[in-house]
Amino acid sequence: MAITLMINREARAVDAAPGTPLLWVLRDHLGLTGTKFGCGIAQCGACTVHVDQVPVRACVTPHDALEGQSITTIEGLAGPQADAIRAAWEAADVPQCGYCQAGQIMSAEALLRSNPAPTDADIDVAMNGNLCRCATYVSIRGAIKAAAGKL
Amino acid sequence: MDIPRQIASPQAPAASGPLSLSRRGMLGVSGAFVMGLALAACGRETPGVAVNPLTDVKGGDATPSLWIAIEPSGAVKITCHRSEMGQQVWTAMAQIVADELEADWSQVEIVQALGDPKYGDQNTDGSRSVRFNFHRLRVAGAAMRSMLEEAAARRWRVDRSGVRADLGKVIHAASGRVLGYGELAEAADRLPIPAEADLQIKPREAWRYIGKEVASLTVPKIIRGQGTYGIDVQRPGLLYAVVARPPQLFGRTGAVDEAPALAVPGVERVIRLPDLEPPAVFKPLGGVAIVGRDTWAAIQGRAALKVDWVDGPNADYDSAAFETMLMDVVRQPGETRRSRGDVDAALAAAAKRVSAEYYAPHLAQSPMEPPSATAEWTDDKLECWACVQDPQATRATLAGFLQIPLENIKVNATWLGGAFGRKSKPDFVIEAALIAKEMQRPVKVTWTREDDLRHGYFHSVSAQRLEAGLAADGACTAYLHRTAFPPIVATFNNTVDSPSDGEMGLGATDVPFAVPHLRVESGRAPAHVRIGWLRSVANIYHSFAVQSFAAEMAHAAGRDQKDYLLELIGPARVLDPNAEGAAYANYDAPKEDYPIETGRLSRVVEIVAEMAGWGRTLPKGRGLGIAAHRSFVSYVATVVEVAVSADGVISIPHVWLAVDAGTVVNPRHVRAQMEGGTIYGLSNALYGQITAKAGAIEQGNFPDWRLMRMAEAPLAFDVHVVDSTSPPGGVGEPGTPPAAPALANAIFNATGVRIRRLPILGPNADRLTQRRNA
Repeated sequence: MAITLMINREARAVDAAPGTPLLWVLRDHLGLTGTKFGCGIAQCGACTVHVDQVPVRACVTPHDALEGQSITTIEGLAGPQADAIRAAWEAADVPQCGYCQAGQIMSAEALLRSNPAPTDADIDVAMNGNLCRCATYVSIRGAIKAAAGKL
Repeated sequence: MDIPRQIASPQAPAASGPLSLSRRGMLGVSGAFVMGLALAACGRETPGVAVNPLTDVKGGDATPSLWIAIEPSGAVKITCHRSEMGQQVWTAMAQIVADELEADWSQVEIVQALGDPKYGDQNTDGSRSVRFNFHRLRVAGAAMRSMLEEAAARRWRVDRSGVRADLGKVIHAASGRVLGYGELAEAADRLPIPAEADLQIKPREAWRYIGKEVASLTVPKIIRGQGTYGIDVQRPGLLYAVVARPPQLFGRTGAVDEAPALAVPGVERVIRLPDLEPPAVFKPLGGVAIVGRDTWAAIQGRAALKVDWVDGPNADYDSAAFETMLMDVVRQPGETRRSRGDVDAALAAAAKRVSAEYYAPHLAQSPMEPPSATAEWTDDKLECWACVQDPQATRATLAGFLQIPLENIKVNATWLGGAFGRKSKPDFVIEAALIAKEMQRPVKVTWTREDDLRHGYFHSVSAQRLEAGLAADGACTAYLHRTAFPPIVATFNNTVDSPSDGEMGLGATDVPFAVPHLRVESGRAPAHVRIGWLRSVANIYHSFAVQSFAAEMAHAAGRDQKDYLLELIGPARVLDPNAEGAAYANYDAPKEDYPIETGRLSRVVEIVAEMAGWGRTLPKGRGLGIAAHRSFVSYVATVVEVAVSADGVISIPHVWLAVDAGTVVNPRHVRAQMEGGTIYGLSNALYGQITAKAGAIEQGNFPDWRLMRMAEAPLAFDVHVVDSTSPPGGVGEPGTPPAAPALANAIFNATGVRIRRLPILGPNADRLTQRRNA
């Protein structure tokens, strides 16, 4: 039974089995593959998206619980914080393989929206749910501070 | 590593075969700059027309059209035949070609090569993409530039010496005329390819991109959620599969009740895969595939499936029992792999003796993107898209397993969401091909995290024992190193239980210590899981033991760790382990170009010590530790600062690292690899362990396979890249080996606790609980 989800400011019809996590709806049904699968149990943050502007792990969020809410993925992320983060990420070449970076950016953007001048401790808390096996953590920390400085 | 690599590409022909028209077919897109092929092909028959002289330069085929296509718009398409997995190989390859080509960087685009022997070695492992290709890519770029200049000179009817290429244009200075590369490409296409001796290869001072901090070509896509990883591939009519695999290596599939799986909404088929017969090589593990209309349906179907697994020959594999056995092995004499002087006599005569035993567990590469592959059959032809480090080995393995001709198989390497050695084994691509054939539809196989951790090609478990004799003044006079670990070769021949020369040359037989009596031995250990490469491979445990032991010797001698390490390395000299009975492969690099230069190792030690302020007084509970290691023909020294709280909580405020990787293409990306490689090593040392019980891996996901997170990562990280004119060395892996011993040595200096068994904390602990050594 199709339902309608608001994704990146567009209404999208979705016909997936009840309870299917948003992650697989985005990736397999809608072709929005920027949101990544890493663990399936909300431990790595690779699937982080925003639901009504709040970061959530799409791998454990049933898509059919999100009717009427506004979903943002890396493909649709926009605004001054997003611009500052992308510029800082690019200026420092933060990503290596890049696979976790959509999730990192989604978490970092939410952090800067709520806290325009995060301390190291704030960054630890906001970013601790996002694993990076390439270990770009030092660069991410630096880029978040650089982006904050531009806002 | 040599033996597995040969097995990996059984059908790979010599790097540079004769040119064929098929290459034109490959690159002959409309308007593209294609040349050389027809010329070379008819050159053999047409007197006066030279054959292509660049098919076999140092490093392989440097035919310009193999690497470069220039479109009428001026766009420069550079083919990257190595896999992009975060090491920035796209950017590095483009920098090398574009520099000699005098390309305008803003017009450069990368085309990812298919798996094809015409490119030479595509196996993106061993930290050698730049090392293997630096020369020939410069030659290709310079040859293309020369042909563009010649084409312009002919068009203007001016002397060739009056024209020069400059950032995507050719300029005639006398007349001020200018033509863009796009306008010249077609004419240049018809010109003969110059010989290497006739090329003007740029001097180092004239480099425009090489050695510069050129921005990544992948990052602008990554930050917008663009770019295609293996798991992202989409095809019309695509189905999604996961596989339930036997818990034990060489376990078998018994009775299957597929009804509960088929009852899951969206599940379309349940397919029994063939059991795996030894040796494992790159073949799929067997089990049962569940195919659904999305990945979630397949995962749910697998959870519902009922399978009776049948025990195989590894049903008794138990990590705890194996550790005891392995430690016993290194307490007995082993096979001598390198020997200098008379170690036994020198040990007996020593004023003081030091010994220590080290243990390190299996590890998993665990790239953030788990293995994933898509396969599509059209009649008897197969096309695959996958995150593979070696598309040629993938193709050859597919051909061998499926018994179809190589030319019927096309393998597209996607971006790799990390790899670290896991994706040099294409077992998951074979799974996709088998399932797609059954379904008569394109199929994507996704490995869940549990699959990745339970069914991997694991970094080997190891035991080591080191003994040393010290003279009255503390100097080391005798050094004995015994190592035992199930070898990687066992994955390719399961009767082998002795380390290969390649593995012994990763930090054991190439030990750089200037001690009068030295012996390196290996013990035997059978493999009960698939053993595979993991970022820097055996260097990890060898460097952990050797560099920890160096600090233990320093402590026994009452000396400073750094000073003692420099004394062990000794005077600057070229070291040849083979003069002392080793069979040292030197990372497949000629020893004339890449000798072991101990002076370069000492130099990075001195540099990093100065960076870290080695010798300064630290507050209580803080310590600096140092380690140095040559691997992949690069030299790295690392200092880690740890802070250990009164209740044992470890943090890492700062890491310093100095690397001499010879000539570097992109210092920014070298620094990133050093940082990433180090933290990869720190994460594994602190938390990493893969264990088995009853033949099955016990870990399943990130709670029990723990990775370093933001709050645990070093707060500051300084890297110094040594300015060098030596030939380029590796950078993807050499950062990893010194990380664990530098950390262990720092913990000792902070607390007096000597770490000899990894992991230091494990998945659950947050506090150092080991006791201070007596």
